[in-house]
Amino acid sequence: MSSSTPFHKILIANRGEIALRIIRSARALGYRTVAVFSSADAGARHVREADQAVAIGEPLPAQSYLRIEAIIDAARRSGADAIHPGYGFLAENDAFAQACQDAGLVFIGPSAGAIRAMGNKAGAKRLMMQAGVPCIPGYQGEDQSEQALTTEAARIGYPIMIKATAGGGGRGMRLVAQPSQFADALRSARSEAQSAFGDPEVILERAIVQPRHIEIQVFADRHGNAVHLGERDCSVQRRHQKLIEEAPSPAVSPELRARMGACAVAAVKAIAYEGAGTLEFLLDAQGEFYFMEMNTRLQVEHPVTEAITGLDLVDWQLRVAAGEPLPLPQEAIRFEGHAIEVRLCAEDADRNFMPQSGTMLAWRMPAGLRVEHAMLAGSEVPPYYDSMIAKVITHGRTRETARRMLMSGLQDAVALGVITNQRFLGACLGHPVFAAGGATTAFIADHLEALLSVDPGLRARAIALSAVLMHETAGHREHHGQARLLAHTLAVLQRLHVNGEICAVRLGPFGPHRYAVECAGQTFDFKLIELQDDHLRFDCDGVSEGAYYHRDGHQLWLSYQGLPVRVQDSSHQAPARRADTASDGKLRASMNGRVVEVLVAVGDAVLAQQPLLTLEAMKMQHVHAAPMSGRVAAIHVRAGEQVGAARVLIEIAAGEV
Amino acid sequence: MAIIETTISASSDSFQANRAGMLELIGRVREVETRTALKSAASRERFEKRGQLLPRERLALLLDPGTPFLELCSLAGFGLDTPDLARSVPGGGIIAGIGFVSGIRCMVMASDSGIDAGALQPMGLDKLLRVQELTLENKLPYVQLVESAGANLMAYRVEDFIRGGNSFRNLARMSAAGLPVVTVTHGSSTAGGAYQTGLSDYIILIRDRSRAFLAGPPLLKAATGEIATEEELGGAVMHTSISGLGDYLAEDDRDGLRIAREILAQIDWNRDLVNQGPRRFKPPRFDAEELLGIMPMDHKRPVDMKQVIARIADDSDFLEFGENYGSATVCGHIKIEGWPLGVITNNGPIDPAGATKATHFIQACCQARTPLLYLNNTTGFMVGKSYEENGIIKHGSKMIQAVTNATVPQITLYCGASFGAGNYGMCGRGFHPRFCFSWPNAKTAVMGGEQAAETMAIVTAAAMQRKTGQVDQARIDELKRGIIERFDRQMSVFVTSAQLLDDGVIDPRDTRAVLAKVLATCREADAREPQRMQFSVARP
Repeated sequence: MSSSTPFHKILIANRGEIALRIIRSARALGYRTVAVFSSADAGARHVREADQAVAIGEPLPAQSYLRIEAIIDAARRSGADAIHPGYGFLAENDAFAQACQDAGLVFIGPSAGAIRAMGNKAGAKRLMMQAGVPCIPGYQGEDQSEQALTTEAARIGYPIMIKATAGGGGRGMRLVAQPSQFADALRSARSEAQSAFGDPEVILERAIVQPRHIEIQVFADRHGNAVHLGERDCSVQRRHQKLIEEAPSPAVSPELRARMGACAVAAVKAIAYEGAGTLEFLLDAQGEFYFMEMNTRLQVEHPVTEAITGLDLVDWQLRVAAGEPLPLPQEAIRFEGHAIEVRLCAEDADRNFMPQSGTMLAWRMPAGLRVEHAMLAGSEVPPYYDSMIAKVITHGRTRETARRMLMSGLQDAVALGVITNQRFLGACLGHPVFAAGGATTAFIADHLEALLSVDPGLRARAIALSAVLMHETAGHREHHGQARLLAHTLAVLQRLHVNGEICAVRLGPFGPHRYAVECAGQTFDFKLIELQDDHLRFDCDGVSEGAYYHRDGHQLWLSYQGLPVRVQDSSHQAPARRADTASDGKLRASMNGRVVEVLVAVGDAVLAQQPLLTLEAMKMQHVHAAPMSGRVAAIHVRAGEQVGAARVLIEIAAGEV
Repeated sequence: MAIIETTISASSDSFQANRAGMLELIGRVREVETRTALKSAASRERFEKRGQLLPRERLALLLDPGTPFLELCSLAGFGLDTPDLARSVPGGGIIAGIGFVSGIRCMVMASDSGIDAGALQPMGLDKLLRVQELTLENKLPYVQLVESAGANLMAYRVEDFIRGGNSFRNLARMSAAGLPVVTVTHGSSTAGGAYQTGLSDYIILIRDRSRAFLAGPPLLKAATGEIATEEELGGAVMHTSISGLGDYLAEDDRDGLRIAREILAQIDWNRDLVNQGPRRFKPPRFDAEELLGIMPMDHKRPVDMKQVIARIADDSDFLEFGENYGSATVCGHIKIEGWPLGVITNNGPIDPAGATKATHFIQACCQARTPLLYLNNTTGFMVGKSYEENGIIKHGSKMIQAVTNATVPQITLYCGASFGAGNYGMCGRGFHPRFCFSWPNAKTAVMGGEQAAETMAIVTAAAMQRKTGQVDQARIDELKRGIIERFDRQMSVFVTSAQLLDDGVIDPRDTRAVLAKVLATCREADAREPQRMQFSVARP
């Protein structure tokens, strides 16, 4: 490759916050930018903020952001001469890197060969072992027969991890505790790998119990230079996906950092790597580390490294891609303070982190903190893409400062309309184990109950406040001007659905804008001080503060002290009609998604809770089970079809089974 | 602009004494009202077991959240169920008032079925008839939440039975007058009460709870020997699917109230009202709290009623009419929440000039179609030789003629005394004001107790002298005490409001809010032309 590959206009083959992030650094260096977008993103911020934008297809990633030809064509049409892939989508697709090269476009990332080499887990492991990087004992053989794999698993020793060779993001990954479960786990891992990556091949690895996830950020140029930018600790994960990342790791000493860094630098030099990359390691309780995989792209969590090094990693990527040497030598790279990032995701922690989609009705991120996001009030969170909607990053002199700033920032954040993990993130940051720097990858699973629990006092106060708001913003007030209400008024027995639970609230008005609110066995004295369209100030038992809310018909969203609450007024809702107290036999889609598989046929006898259909939404598969026993009377969908939430999928007729 | 200046000193001893007295009276009114609510709520367990809401809970869910509800006649029947005032439970067995349902101003009425299974209590029938009269006069939709076991046979009175027919007649008249009658029958509605349901335009019945039949199982068995269950005779399912009495089958109380709300939301009741947008007005310049300290507890002490006007009128702006002529009778124009209003009140007895001026002012208001407000604070028409010579009777008669025949909505508020013919001239209950409210300190009587006692003492002493030649002073004193006690007892709101001589007792601080609601109600009614029909909406 020639030593200089200048370019002028960068197409960002991505969406959301990362597209905005790349546009920012590109613009700072004087590059023009081009966005691409699916029809679901036509109004998205990245489209508006790039200099130009090109439509590349339908909402589903396979019909837009994963379409290599469409993106190359977009570059051609807009005159872009370089492509930044961001992360996800085509970022680690060697064919895409190759296609860029073939089209004469600068691919801002490593060579297709390097991507290919690291993309295959088995191959990568072999390469790393050759480069002297410690690896987890395992099997990366080509014999993929069940018998061979079972034998190898026994040799390596349980617990064992099955991973899709082409995998990533936790898909096609299974932890197997004992030999009896191996066959089942292998089957499901393979089928997930097949559907996700089109390749059922797996590798086996010894499972390291309660490890930390430590990764080393590396950078290499085409002039033979390579440096590391220290580690990130990404141990706090759910569903094998990162939730909180920090740098430096509380578990990594300077000596260990130097050792891991040197190892990583040696590895990238060994494969003549170029650009940004990350080597992911497992660190066990004894301080031993094992190579897991290498990501040949910019990571979601790169901002924590930027915070402690004071560097702009995208800026570095652009320089390296243009053929410049690395801006700094290893010895000039300094680490200062401590940075923590949380990933704010549209997901419901209470329902197994199920991804959520919908309209973000109110959106307000904490002032003074670094927040990477692409949302606006009124933005859609489409069901087709990753559930992460924002990253909030703090940088403090100490870890404790960064943690405190982040917890406080999360309390100020307002994200209403779509359920997010805002409160869950706050709970993680506040947990004593995390606070002490002791979180391993088992942290969330081990402490799930505590992390999901909400301070009952806070919850009751939030519900009481919702009740007041429900009453005050019912929309009938405007007809009555500023007129003083009569002092003597009837108490209202509200019935509220709060996050799916029914709460009885007694709202005893005892003066204009004053209420005695009884809820969950407690009584609160509320006084409304100021009521705006989206914000209020109130006094509760003598303490005054503010909160944000959004009223939408019978539904109210409230953000109070970092606790988002969704409340539905069902004061007038009757119980189900007595004639049909049982299920109506209709299986409805639990969310927007694509039908992956219909497991039954018309006429089949089914039992209640039997799986009937699988829906894929936001990269997750959701099994839909029979609401009652009976026979399948009608099937209204077929595999591959996109369905909206609550759409009737299958009808069951009661009767002999 | 004629802004009234305040002359009130909130720190003065008299203000503080007045305020303390007023607060105590407000407290008594609220205590008595609360007693009724508590007695009704004592049935909570029974209601909850049946999956029912208490009557006040039903009302609160029927009404639009956060909107005002003007309860009427809450003290009806006080002291008539038992002479023990510490135990008496007023309300007449119904809760009624003007409120908003789906944005529509309605008269709403609920059987207070937590008490005595919803049977009418003393003055209950009169309250019901008054509420229906207000409904017709103010052209309001009528929403009733019915649950009444009917009359208490143990307390049967033929006159109530016969007069009770009026309440059914009124339902039929409302319907014919184009005023929708919407009924949720939450429970029993039997015998005569069945017509309370049957005479409605929209009938919502509650599954397993509504009961509407002319004869229940015991009476049926006694009358014909037929044996049937309550559900078969008059359940919601039967009536909505077989008899056709019910129009909507609701699953429970909440569902029934939802349906009632939806019906009101569907009828486009306000289609012809000119949308006037948000009303612009300035509040009074002085705090309504100060209304507590203006009226002395002793009605013999003078009051400047302009200080009351200053605390209820927009911007405390008062254009006085004939200020220096018959000054003890105060007349003038104000606005309340932007609604123009002629106000007449008393800073002393009504003299010939005052009566003449008031008569003139009433006629002028009728000419301009400006509603009238009578703030009663009168010990009556002035008496004495010169006043008789000046024709106080004919001038007073003129005033009474004007009040009687006024063509604008007249609203009466008893602020202090309302004695003798003063009560008539100031549009007392007998003159059918559109609405009539009292402050808790109000006193209404033909004359003060002491004057009555003194009058009787003089007459009796003269008779004794004539018959026996001597006067038994002890008997005279006893007679006076008796008369004073009799007069004083009957002049308080706890008696007058109990007898429905007003539409309710209000907190003086609520005066402006109440008047604004009432004026808006009158104004809406006058602007409305309901679809009159010869007959009511009849079900097939």
